[in-house]
Amino acid sequence: MKLTSLFTSAAMALGLATGVMAEPTKVGFVYVGPVGDGGWTYEHDKGRQAVEAEFGDDVETTFVESVAEGPDAERVMTQMVLEGADLIFTTSFGYMDQTINVAKKFPNVRFEHATGYKTADNVSVYSARFYEGRAIQGMIAGEMTKTNIIGYIGSFPIPEVVRGINSAYIHAKKVNPDVRFKIVWAYTWFDPAKEADAAKVLIEQGADVILQHTDSTAPLAAAAEAGNVIGFGQASDMAEYTDGPRVSSIIDNWGPYYIERTKAVMDGTWETVNTWDGIGAGMVGIGAMTDKIPADVQDAANALKASIASGEYHPFTGPLKKQDGSDWLAEGEVADDGTLAGMNFYVEGIEGDIPN
Amino acid sequence: MDLSAINPVLLVASLMVAATPILLAAIGELVVEKAGILNLGVEGMMIIGAICGFAVAVQTDSSTLGFLAAAIGGAVLSLLFVILTQVALANQVASGLALTLFGLGLSALLGQSFVGLKPPPTPELNIPFLSDIPVLGPILFSHDPVLYLGIAIVAGVWAALKFTRAGLILRAVGENHDAAHALGYKVIRIRIMAILFGGACAGLGGAYISLVRVPLWTEGMTAGVGWIALALVVFGSWKPWRVLLGAYLFGGVTVVQLNLQAAGVAIPVEYLAMSPYLITIVVLVILSKDKSSAPASLGRIFHASH
Repeated sequence: MKLTSLFTSAAMALGLATGVMAEPTKVGFVYVGPVGDGGWTYEHDKGRQAVEAEFGDDVETTFVESVAEGPDAERVMTQMVLEGADLIFTTSFGYMDQTINVAKKFPNVRFEHATGYKTADNVSVYSARFYEGRAIQGMIAGEMTKTNIIGYIGSFPIPEVVRGINSAYIHAKKVNPDVRFKIVWAYTWFDPAKEADAAKVLIEQGADVILQHTDSTAPLAAAAEAGNVIGFGQASDMAEYTDGPRVSSIIDNWGPYYIERTKAVMDGTWETVNTWDGIGAGMVGIGAMTDKIPADVQDAANALKASIASGEYHPFTGPLKKQDGSDWLAEGEVADDGTLAGMNFYVEGIEGDIPN
Repeated sequence: MDLSAINPVLLVASLMVAATPILLAAIGELVVEKAGILNLGVEGMMIIGAICGFAVAVQTDSSTLGFLAAAIGGAVLSLLFVILTQVALANQVASGLALTLFGLGLSALLGQSFVGLKPPPTPELNIPFLSDIPVLGPILFSHDPVLYLGIAIVAGVWAALKFTRAGLILRAVGENHDAAHALGYKVIRIRIMAILFGGACAGLGGAYISLVRVPLWTEGMTAGVGWIALALVVFGSWKPWRVLLGAYLFGGVTVVQLNLQAAGVAIPVEYLAMSPYLITIVVLVILSKDKSSAPASLGRIFHASH
């Protein structure tokens, strides 16, 4: 320790004496899937590239892809710190405890954990209000379904996913009272074969709209094969399916946030924050709607998007009941962020139980 | 709960599709292990097969050529394993792991320009009369040719190992390579052929995922299937039909549990999600109560001078 600090001060002195430019700020990214997944991780990596483009030589970014949620993530983060990272983005819910653990060991390194809720002096959390996009998606799905069965591929039963299901259901139900949701949990973020299987099963059981909360484009490929089934791009635009089943998408836009936070580290103004931005702030985008969606539905969807963006309408506005029939939100009441962040219940009308 | 929503015919048909990639990879690995080689690179050879098959199918607009390219791609990658373990006499476990890592990386590189493309459809066999039989038709007689090829390879491997001289030699090499060598058999040459066969089968299995089961290309799309195939060979006690049973059980329970979930059956989802692994292992372990038939020379390095 002493020796290290000696070296550090020597290096600093040398740096001061010769007026050498400061070392580039090192930013690390930990990804749950491959950067080529076409969805979640792909968008995070676009954010990383945006940081590189913005700061050029002043920044040095590294990433490790396909890191399993669990102990392995801790090893990867520690390695990044030892290689000199100043700021580390950990981009999956399942890295939450690992991020906190590593952050405790290295108080001088800043961490940013996506979609979690545990913060510390050097750990911020950030997420996007995907449920705002889900509301629009649900509305379109409710209007478009002919069989009145909407298939939903969930990843893990965490608040983030449950929120999406609820939001989509509420808005599908609003425009189509007969709509039913069939929900399948894949227990993976990324496994194209399994995701495709799940989509096929839902289609076989009558679903003609597939909503997904997993990261690959496989469900869209399965929908394309089945024909007469529509789906949405998840996390990324998935525009390559525009000719086929993809009618719109929810797009995550992390670039501006990553740039802002990297800048904060450079300026020394970084503080723990809890960011949760939506359509209004541009963190959630809605991909271009294709002609498969009738014009009046498109107009309604755009109107819904505008009212959410302006803050005039909140997707969780009462009257709403929980699945068991108990009251949740009174007429006109809006859900608070705390409840949303820890959401572990379905709203009234959804069938089935949330796995523990 | 709405079990009537599950169509049993479609269910059986789709479980066969779900099982085929594992089956192809596992039967190839069975032959490799019977020859006394432990190749942990199945996952890497599968993903290389997936991208080679996908790329060639897209370029030539022919899924047949795609599958052919996948088999060649898998075999070529396994050649690397041959050089490491049969020529350089490197450790098989380490070489196999390296093969998987290398395959995953190389496939990501090769596949960069193929993300989001659509492969040509693989035609389903449509046999007059047979395919039209209610229930049995859709289950047995209207799949793509590769699915039947998988079953045919299992039958072929079983027959070859059990009844032919070549099979006997292969097993001899796997049981005691020194004795086989003393008898004048070319141990290295036989093992190389087994490894190439394993690579080709794994490549086919990978291409089955990217061309039929999903069908698309994304990085890392095999997502661990190769490891399951490896485990199946062990739990199936190196017997071809048990490997087939294991693959169908695994594929079957995977599809069934998704069906049960979608139908809203009141079994906790966690149990459903882990059921493919549990059921497959339990059944195969019970079956293999008789003496395990692991090849005695499995994983041991052979050199004629030893």
